[in-house]
Amino acid sequence: MLRFILSRLLQAIPVLLVVITATFLLVRCAPGGPFSAEKAVPPEVVRALEAQYRLDQPIWQQYLSYLGDLARGEFGPSFRYPGRTVNELIAGGLPITAELAFYAMLVAILIGVCAGVIAALRPNTPQDYLPMSAAMLGICMPSFLMGPLLVLVFGIWLEWLPVSGWGELAGDKILPAITLGTGYAAYIARLSRGGMLEVMSQDYIRTARAKGLPERVVVLKHALRGGLIPVVAFLGPAFAGLLSGSFVVETIFQIPGLGRFYVQAAFNRDYTMILGTTVFFATLIVLFNLLADIIAVWINPKMRHQLSRSR
Amino acid sequence: MENPHSATLTQEQGSSLWRDGWIRLCKNHLALFGLAVIAFFCVIALLTPWIAPYGYEQQDLQLGASPPSAAHWLGTDIFGRDMLTRIMYGSRVSLLVGFVATGVALVIGVLWGTVAGYAGGRVDAVMMRLVDILYALPFMIFIVLLMVVFGRNILLLFLAIGAVEWLTMARIVRGQVQNLRHQEFIEAAFSMGLSRWIIIRRHLIPNTLGPVIVYTTLTIPNVMLLEAFLSFLGLGIQPPQSSWGLLISHGVESMEEYPWLLVFPGLALSITLFALNFLGDGLRDALDPRASKD
Amino acid sequence: MPFLKMASASLLLSLLVMACGQGESNTASGNRQGILHLGNGTDPQELDPHIVTGVPEHNILTALLEGLVLKDPSTLEPVPGVATHWEISADGKHYRFHLRDDARWSNGDPVTAGDFAWSWWRALQPSLGNQYAYMLFAIKNAEAYFRQEVSDFSDVGINVVDDHTLEVELANPTPYFLQLLDHYSYFPLHRATIEKFGPPDQRGSLWTRPGNFVGNGPFSLTGWQLFKRVVVEKNPHYWDAENVSLNAIHFYPTENITTEERMFRSGQLHRTATVPIDKLAVYRREHPELLHTHPYLGNYFYRINTEVPHLSDKRVRRALAMSIDREAIVRQVTKGDELPAYTFTPPDTLGYTAPDGFAYDPERARVLLAEAGYPGGDGFPVTELLFNTSEGHHKIAVAIQQMWYKELGIKVSLHNQDWKVFLNSVDNGNYGIARAGWIGDYVDPNTFLDMWTTHGGNNRTGWSSARFDQLILEEAPRAEAREQRYRLMREAEATLLEAMPIIPIHIYTSKSLVHPALKGLEPNILDYTLYKNLSLDPTKALPD
Repeated sequence: MLRFILSRLLQAIPVLLVVITATFLLVRCAPGGPFSAEKAVPPEVVRALEAQYRLDQPIWQQYLSYLGDLARGEFGPSFRYPGRTVNELIAGGLPITAELAFYAMLVAILIGVCAGVIAALRPNTPQDYLPMSAAMLGICMPSFLMGPLLVLVFGIWLEWLPVSGWGELAGDKILPAITLGTGYAAYIARLSRGGMLEVMSQDYIRTARAKGLPERVVVLKHALRGGLIPVVAFLGPAFAGLLSGSFVVETIFQIPGLGRFYVQAAFNRDYTMILGTTVFFATLIVLFNLLADIIAVWINPKMRHQLSRSR
Repeated sequence: MENPHSATLTQEQGSSLWRDGWIRLCKNHLALFGLAVIAFFCVIALLTPWIAPYGYEQQDLQLGASPPSAAHWLGTDIFGRDMLTRIMYGSRVSLLVGFVATGVALVIGVLWGTVAGYAGGRVDAVMMRLVDILYALPFMIFIVLLMVVFGRNILLLFLAIGAVEWLTMARIVRGQVQNLRHQEFIEAAFSMGLSRWIIIRRHLIPNTLGPVIVYTTLTIPNVMLLEAFLSFLGLGIQPPQSSWGLLISHGVESMEEYPWLLVFPGLALSITLFALNFLGDGLRDALDPRASKD
Repeated sequence: MPFLKMASASLLLSLLVMACGQGESNTASGNRQGILHLGNGTDPQELDPHIVTGVPEHNILTALLEGLVLKDPSTLEPVPGVATHWEISADGKHYRFHLRDDARWSNGDPVTAGDFAWSWWRALQPSLGNQYAYMLFAIKNAEAYFRQEVSDFSDVGINVVDDHTLEVELANPTPYFLQLLDHYSYFPLHRATIEKFGPPDQRGSLWTRPGNFVGNGPFSLTGWQLFKRVVVEKNPHYWDAENVSLNAIHFYPTENITTEERMFRSGQLHRTATVPIDKLAVYRREHPELLHTHPYLGNYFYRINTEVPHLSDKRVRRALAMSIDREAIVRQVTKGDELPAYTFTPPDTLGYTAPDGFAYDPERARVLLAEAGYPGGDGFPVTELLFNTSEGHHKIAVAIQQMWYKELGIKVSLHNQDWKVFLNSVDNGNYGIARAGWIGDYVDPNTFLDMWTTHGGNNRTGWSSARFDQLILEEAPRAEAREQRYRLMREAEATLLEAMPIIPIHIYTSKSLVHPALKGLEPNILDYTLYKNLSLDPTKALPD
């Protein structure tokens, strides 16, 4: 197991290097520089700015010095926010987005797994259709529709919850978490229903039932473990997706999180910020995928066996 | 391949799988209803240029936004354009994006995931790390570049979306294949001396169909929303063309004043997504190879 | 499943913790404590006046710093700021400012003439990359120093006579010079503070952080949470502190204008930066007293690329301009009481009004188009109308596309691009017709006209006129009387509109929602606010 983890971590290094190189080249190919503005910027100013940010050097030199900074853990200064470093910006946005993603994940798992398991117990009956349709509502309503609707109902009409912000007013975290989470609830519901159906038709469940175990024990003790494998495999990428994909929700609710930085940096051509967030998310994605694989192995003893056999 | 016995066996299994699946699907009324709804929307989308009540860019600024009426069944937007017409034209873009991009994602993802999961070891590692790399690249910059380099082209949009969506598919398929690979019936096929491709095609891919179909029905709506998101950011289709996603994102802005601009395209999208989900559900149950043993 | 139990338990717990009901709104508590909550558009990029370029930064900086001269918000005429009075020489080129004795920095240091001279020196350091350095080019030799053609700063027309007297020599008699002094490029900076945190020409040193920032304005910086809010509190050392009624101002970034409007409605903001189009009619109908609109010193227009063959013909361009029904656009599409624009400079810009350059006349437009060789639009190539992605631009473009099709029979394809790609396309002349907007830097027609000279960096249409260049660059700057100068400017603008490399569409309006408790706001075309005049009336609340 340890060797498996180590080898995956080693594999991550070339992955990250390729990501950095490709992104580095991509952002510089995109039309429009970080300093272009509606009012023409005089050439002297452009030259001064390029000199300050080393953009006047040949590109390979910029690339090498960027890698050098990166090796020291420095993402460099943001172009868009001259007084801030990318490290500072990420450090400011990460806790917020992570918290949002965590709550959203809780919402998604709670709704998704419950709906999926209940539905799988009696396939093709109302007990299947009702929870699944309810879970589907989230997927059938994009967050840019769900968010404003929730705000309208709970923020404006009922006046129960604040309409925007994060950690400013009591209860302002509820609507964003629900908006972000429900989109993923349907995925989890589908996956857990599919996984449960798969497992419930397998021989060991029949054996368990034949032994006369109560249905509750069969489901909770035996079926859930195998039935949730697809869900667990999905959680890693999903959490990374929640972190980087919270853009819409963060925009609707004015939340100063990473998801917004990520998208806005691209539009602002804030080179260092694009690279910084990309490297950061790439690392996260690699780690979460690894984590998902480890958990999958841990849940499924058969695969653990394979793993030790194949190495 | 040389063994005549195995050839008939696999063929038999293949044909009965699909036939049984169809029969089982026919018994599932919700799934059939979903199929009918999708077919209905597709037919409408195809016939739109001939049956739409107005031109999709025909304006009436004096009229402005008006609620549903006899002349405009679903109302008009702020330019006085007929909403029914715009939703019908929007369905062409949305459905096309949904199906084509998902098709692209499906083909690449299933092939990639199966090969990686089946081959295992170093090949698997390299292939999956490539997936990791593509996951991590900044998607927005990628799309902006595509648009700038190749110009604005709706086909390109499909390709770009498909090129992003196959990644998750590949991961899911790979997980399934890895799981299946060491199960008894695959080992048995091996011992019978079947070639790798036959095993992949006849045994692995059909057995991963369940999760793949579930995920496909989730990908289609996802793709439609992605298209809406891109169009909204100015990276997608161009006005005065429209798509459901774009109509919705514009409708949201004035939902308190002109709710019909949001409700009708929202309903069209939601009904389609519900139908797709019911159909996917039905297909999954119908095509489950183990269920066929009962 | 212990995990499930744990998850559901923690979710319920967090819901309980989060859902302890909505407390008192910002505005309710703010009215009592004298704290103003303002929607401020995008989040400020920086608070260094020599680096920033945007309106949100301007709004914050005018609370933190004060120039020699302020403006009266109702008339926009100069009133004393740090300078109590000033003399202007007969030739209009020499200014002598007398600084008040009691002007203090927020750390208690006196504000001196040397502070101004040093700040202006810093603004002109080429290595700093100050995008608004050109604002100081009215001063003699400032431009040459910035371009490094003059190396000695003492050759620049800035002279510190003593701590309380500053002399400025201008390159030309610039009648709007006093207007400029209120721009943040001319604000004084605290030298010792800046030098404590790095070399003066270093971008992004830490001197602008709360706790470090030393200013001379009515408020001082006490909080800056990125993307959340900037907090300024009353500065006790400010010379006019006893007349400052507010105790603090909170500036909120409100990029999403739909959300901003909801924040206002739920009592989180006293004033919004703008109003969503679809909400204008609602407020006008239900709460007209909350909606404030007034003309704003800016023009919404389309550039035409005169280097594209079929657009190089003046008659085609005039036909395009004359077939747009601007009344319909402002009534049906923008809805914010915008003025239809038939000139480029907004009417009555400090007494200057240009004659209309054209009129809405589809009949005449069709004739012009036919004369140019496209009767009824036959043979007119499909032209690209480019705009940056935004719902507002999109709506106007869709309406105009249809008008041109209906009146002239020509087809235009709409293209939206993301902001940076859009700027790149326009800069490289890679467009047919492109949306544009221009906000004046100061109240004078010059800020609207000098951009259209042949080498003007903001021209970007390929249009060039020797007569126009001569009027703007040679004759008008030398004119002595305002009326004579305005006559030359009017002639230049007529030349511009006759050739029509641009299609003016409407004059901007400033739109905002204002809480009834907020007193002291004066509408003006610069949207200029003197924070020390504002106050909050705790007896007023939002209507239901």
